[in-house]
Order: sequence, then C-alpha cells, then structure tokens
Amino acid sequence: MLNRKYIPILVTFGLLAAMFAAGSFRYTGFFSAQVLYNLLIDNSFLIITAVGMTFVIISGGIDLSVGSVIALTTMLCASLVEQQGWSPAVVIPMVLILGSLFGTLMGAIIHYFKIQPFIVTLAGMFLARGVCYIISINTITVTNGFFTKVAQTKVILPGGNISINVIIALALVLAAIFLAHYTRFGRNVYAIGGSEQSALLMGLPVARTKILVYAFSGFCSALAGVVFTFYMLSGYGLHAMGLELDTIAAVVIGGTLLTGGVGYIAGTFIGVLIQGVIQTIISFEGTLSSWWTKIVIGLLLFVFILFQRLLSERRITLKT
Amino acid sequence: MHTPLLQMTGITKRFPGVKALSNVDFRLFPGEVHALMGENGAGKSTLIKVLTGVYSIDEGTVRIDDRTVTIAGPLEAQKAGISTVYQEVNLCPNLTVAENVFIGREPRRFGRIQWKKMNEDAKQLLKERLNLSIDVTLPLHAYSVAIQQLIAIARALSISAKVLILDEPTSSLDQNEVQQLFGIMRKLKSDGLAILFVTHFLDQVYEMSDRITVLRNGELEGEYMAAELPRIELVLKMIGKDLKLLEELPKLSEEAGEAAGTMMINASALGRKGAIKPFDLEIRKGEVVGLAGLLGSGRTEIARLLFGVDRPDEGKLLVADSGSTVKSPRNAIDLGIAFCSENRKTEGIIDDLTVRENIILALQATKGWSRPLSRKKQDEIAEQYIKMLNINPPNPEHLIKNLSGGNQQKVLLARWLLTEPDLLILDEPTRGIDIGAKAEIQKLVLSLAKQGMSVLFISSEMEEVIRVSDRVAVLRDRMKVKELSSSEINQKEIMQAMAGG
Repeated sequence: MLNRKYIPILVTFGLLAAMFAAGSFRYTGFFSAQVLYNLLIDNSFLIITAVGMTFVIISGGIDLSVGSVIALTTMLCASLVEQQGWSPAVVIPMVLILGSLFGTLMGAIIHYFKIQPFIVTLAGMFLARGVCYIISINTITVTNGFFTKVAQTKVILPGGNISINVIIALALVLAAIFLAHYTRFGRNVYAIGGSEQSALLMGLPVARTKILVYAFSGFCSALAGVVFTFYMLSGYGLHAMGLELDTIAAVVIGGTLLTGGVGYIAGTFIGVLIQGVIQTIISFEGTLSSWWTKIVIGLLLFVFILFQRLLSERRITLKT
Repeated sequence: MHTPLLQMTGITKRFPGVKALSNVDFRLFPGEVHALMGENGAGKSTLIKVLTGVYSIDEGTVRIDDRTVTIAGPLEAQKAGISTVYQEVNLCPNLTVAENVFIGREPRRFGRIQWKKMNEDAKQLLKERLNLSIDVTLPLHAYSVAIQQLIAIARALSISAKVLILDEPTSSLDQNEVQQLFGIMRKLKSDGLAILFVTHFLDQVYEMSDRITVLRNGELEGEYMAAELPRIELVLKMIGKDLKLLEELPKLSEEAGEAAGTMMINASALGRKGAIKPFDLEIRKGEVVGLAGLLGSGRTEIARLLFGVDRPDEGKLLVADSGSTVKSPRNAIDLGIAFCSENRKTEGIIDDLTVRENIILALQATKGWSRPLSRKKQDEIAEQYIKMLNINPPNPEHLIKNLSGGNQQKVLLARWLLTEPDLLILDEPTRGIDIGAKAEIQKLVLSLAKQGMSVLFISSEMEEVIRVSDRVAVLRDRMKVKELSSSEINQKEIMQAMAGG
C-alpha cells in the first residue's frame, strides 16, 4: 500500500534508466558523464519552469503563460541591459519580481472571479507574448559582460563540466522539494488539489495558497527566462515558443496527475530528463529529423495518461 | 451539568420568500447526546448551517460558555469550539491520515513540518480518544468511509472541540460500523463533550440520545428528554398531528377484492446494503400500493430498486408477464414500468423544452431516435393529454418552466402514461403543489388503477397514502416493518408501525 503512491515515479525513473541504457548500448560515446551533464545544461530552463508548473498542476490548475513569460523576460533583460544600459544587478531582481506579480495577478483573477485557469493563463500567454513585440520585433543580442561571463563559466565536475544554469536549476529543485513536503504552504497546495471544498471547510487559507501557487509559477518562469538569457545570450519574442506544452508534458510524464492532488517535484525533474534523453538519442541517430522527438513524447504522453487512469481507477475500486 | 454549554435563543433565518427558521431556541448540555429531529423542510439543516457559520443569523443570539459569540464562517465556528462531521466526509483523500488530522496546524520547527512528531501525535490521538489503531501514514482513501468519519472526528477533537455536530453520520455505515461509532460517541460523551446528533433512524435516536429537540416548519416544536418521549409521540410531533384527532378518513378507493388481479411484480427478500434491508413486496394488476414512512425510511430506495436504478445485492425481483428481472431503467421501461421521480426539478422536467416536447420525451426514447414521431402525431398526443389531465395553460407550445408545480407534475405524469406502463411508480407526486391539483392527481391515480394499471404510490402525507391505496407497506429505518391490507388501513396503525416499538 505504501509503495503504491510511488509507483508512477518509480516507473518514470525506470523508463529514464532504460532509455539511457539503450542509448549507451547503441551509440558509442553516449555513455559518458558529459552526455548526462549536457542533458542538464540544455534543459535547465525547462526544469525551472516545470517546477513551478508542478505546483500549479498539483493544486488542480494549469499555467499556459510560462513560455511567453520566459520570452518576455529574455526581452526585458536584453533590452534594459543592452539598449538602456541598466545594470544586471537591478534588471535581474526586477524581472523576477515582475514575473511573480504577473502570476499573482492571474492567480487573483482565477480565484476571486472563479474563472478557469486555462482561460486566464491563455490570456496571460497572449499578453506576455504580445508585449515582447512592443519592445522589439528583432532579436536583441546580449553582449553585457556579466551575462557573457555567467554563460561561459564552466563548473568542473568529474568527467566533464556543467554551467551556472544547472546549479540554479538544481538548487531550485531542492528548494521546491522542501517547499512541497516540509512547509504548510506545500501541504495546503496538495490539500486544495485533493479537494478544494474540504480544504475550505478545514479552515485552510485557500485564497492565499492558490494565488501564491500562480505567483510561484510566475517567479519560476521569470527565473527560467533569466537562465534562458544566459543560455542563448539574446532576447527574442519567438523564444520558448510552445514551451508551456513541453513543460506540461514533462510534469505529466513525471507522474503528476492533471486532476490535482498527486505529484512529485522529483518526478517532474525526471520527466524533463526523459524528454532530454529522447532528444539526445535522436541527435545521436543523426538521420532522424528532430520532429521525432515530438512523436516519441506524444506517444509517451498517451501511455502515461492511460497508465495514470488505470492506477486511479484501481484506487477507486479499492475504496468501494 | 445543568448549565448549557451552548444556548441559541430566538434564532430566525430568512431566505428570499421563505422563513427557514423562526424564533427557534436550542441548547446543548455538556456530556449529552442531543438529537435534532424533523421532517423535510423542518429547518434542521438550516439550524446546523447557522451553527457552523455557513449561514449568517438574521435574528437571535448564540452563547457558548455564557459568552455571546458571532459565528461568521467555518473557521470561526472551529475557533469557538464547534466542529462538524458531515455525512460526506470533508477531508482530503490524497493526504495521509495524520495530515488530515493536523493540516493547518502541523507541528513545525523553524517552519519545517515535523512529520515524525505529527505521525506520532496522530497515532496517539486516534488510539487514546477513539480506540483506533491504524497506519496513519497511509493516504485517507485507503480506508473505508466509516474510518474516514472517525478520522474526521479525530480532527475535530484535536481542535479541542466542545461541541461536536454529527450530521447523518450513520447513513452510509453498516451495522458493525454504526456500533463502533456509537461506542466512540459514548466515550466522548463521558469526556464531557456536547454532541448534536442528526439522523433519520429512529432506533438510533433512542439508542444514543439523552435529549431530543423537534423542529417543524422552521419552528421549535419542543425539547424533550428521550426517556420521557414515547416513539409514537415523537413521530406525531414531527409530522404535526395529535393522536386523538386521528380519525377515519373517507376512502376514495373502492373496496377491491383481495386478489383482484394477477401478480404484476414480485420482490422477494430484495435488498441493497446501506439502502434497504431485504423486503418482500407484491403488486398485483390494477392495485395501488402505498409506501408510508418518515423521510429517509427507505421509500425512494425501494422505488429505485424496482425501476432498476440501483442494483440489489440480494433477493429476487420478478416481473410477471415476462418472468424476467429488471436490469436497468431502460430495461424497466421495456418491461412496462414507469418511474416519476421525487425530484421533479432535477430528474424530471427539462426546463427549456415545451410542454409537448416534455410529454413525448419518454415515448420517443423508447422508440429510438431513428424513428421520430411526426409533428402531427406529437400535436395530437399533446392535445389529448393536456385535455385528459387538465393541464393549464392548455397550450402545448408553452415552455414548461413557466408552468406551476402541479401542472409540471401532470406533464411528467403524461410523459409516463404515454408509454402505457403496466406499473407506475409515483415518488412524492404531490409535493409542493396546491390542494386542488393534489386531489386531481389522486383521482387520476385511482382511475388508472381501475383501468388495470398497477401503481406504487409514495408520499410523506399519510392521508394521501390512505386515501388512494388498496394496500399500504410501512417502512422504518430502511426496513419494511408492516403491510396493511385495505380493511386494516388507518392512521393509528400506520403511525404505530412508523414509530416502532
């Protein structure tokens, strides 16, 4: 019984291990620490976004604005630093606050006006993406010393190296695990996802928690935007196009139920890595087009959603 | 012991157009179980919602421990020491047992939840106060509803509740689970808790409660010591009758010979766990059988079994002509059974369709959508039934939502009569409609029976049941306790059976 709730996450982890093993047998040079590190380097922004999304989905909601918020953040960083000459020490905290405020606003609308999160964050998605083009319709290249320095810094680890971005992402993952499992806020999120009505009757701060969830997701997206700027060294309105869907896919593959109440940050982390491994395998294969990534992820999503449905159905029959 | 812990005086609560509670007094003593009784619309649930802060009070005061309190919401009620455990368990099924007990008040150190301490505390609380030894680290949904309810009680206790409200806690429990709950209630009572117990089961009321408050039509009927109030008195007070005034009512139905017709439907030892205990019931052709009983005694449950909405766990149900059983509502319709449900608004009429469309609905459904009734035929049918049932206004194109309750009911009747059923089940066909319409529907039932249709007539108005029925089955506490044939039918008999020994 106790292990039951860990089944989805164990399956996900098994899948990751199996894929990595398969890649290692098939391609020479696949089985190395650096391939693993590259997974983290290339997906650090996705990990950060997915952490915020996990909280939203556990609470029973959804946040479609994440990709646009990332694009807007890269745009703001690039234009303020490059064109206005502001210091990164001002710009980075500012964009993080703006991202959180944007999330807070969406959360407040969702809660107080009782509007579907899907619609509210869809509006947020268009809004943020649109604002990018007010700033500029072209790519703004970042040449600022601080940004280029962070982008080029390598942290040497046994068998290879990682970027600063990876450290930020891993730190956030650890903080989020603590937040989800060892704080009242985290437990309230799970409670609301389980039954919002019950949470209310148990006297939990439902309004505050729900709004904070979206604020946290906004913060994560903005942080991912900063990390993305480090990664791409540019701001562009077409950055992170459709990333919200990759994020949701990673969260679901990581074992979080879209109906809310059940999920793990660690699962989401593995979910992102699975997507990364698929991409790596396809690039090692060489002849396949990168769209195969989407095809495989699509199939995986189907399998996982069906798997979750079967698990939750068995749970219901157990209950009766 | 003799100062009440909770005292509500002059409570009045109005809703648009209705006075749900008017000038009601209510008190709870520490160390007592107090049952709140009343039929539909008596104001029980309103009183509880007022007490738990779901509704605000229009007039009146609430005093706890000799201090006047204002209860503005569930959280304030909790803080004032009032906790409620509902029939539907209001906990989070995805969280562990320990979390459900402590969420919002988890033990923390530097903001970090101490899981170990929380699990130990929960384990101890359940063991000491409720004699329950279970694994508190499992999610709530791993346990049965009965255990979940106990966990809800544990949560209430951990918030240091003084008043515990149990709203229909036993409706989904089996006999052993009920006894387990009662054991715990006795223990809590001896700990000095004041328990407000709401239930439809008369046996349970007399088993558990020290004091009984009866409400009727939003007014206080009285407060009694359970030991000094005979069952029959309680039932009379609930439905607002005086035993002396119960006299013979003129019967509308003719003295039909005992074995008037052949068997139409026969239930033998039919039962469903948690809904109705096994019962025998036979309905013959051309016979009207009435079901009498208090709210929640199992009347609708029987109807649902006969119509195939719920599946029986045991026993046999035979439909005479085909010799087969009822598998589903669809199957029931094919076998010639029609069911006019109690919830006219939610399960019957379709608001935005016209009278004509509402009438032909069931017939069209049995024919299948591939063979639509022609418009001409529809008009004919609508015309005919509007005339026959005297539906007012006599315009088939009127939207049904604009009709009065009685006329809506008649449209529903027309819908089922059109399928030419052999057995018509009427669940509270006259609730909320005026006297004239009531009489018309009663008359209609009798004339249908004369033409050979069997009718199962369910109503909470005893006069009505007596007036139309050839035979009456009396229900109490989800059990059929008595069956009276036409010569034995009288109010006193029925009342006695409804109240039980």
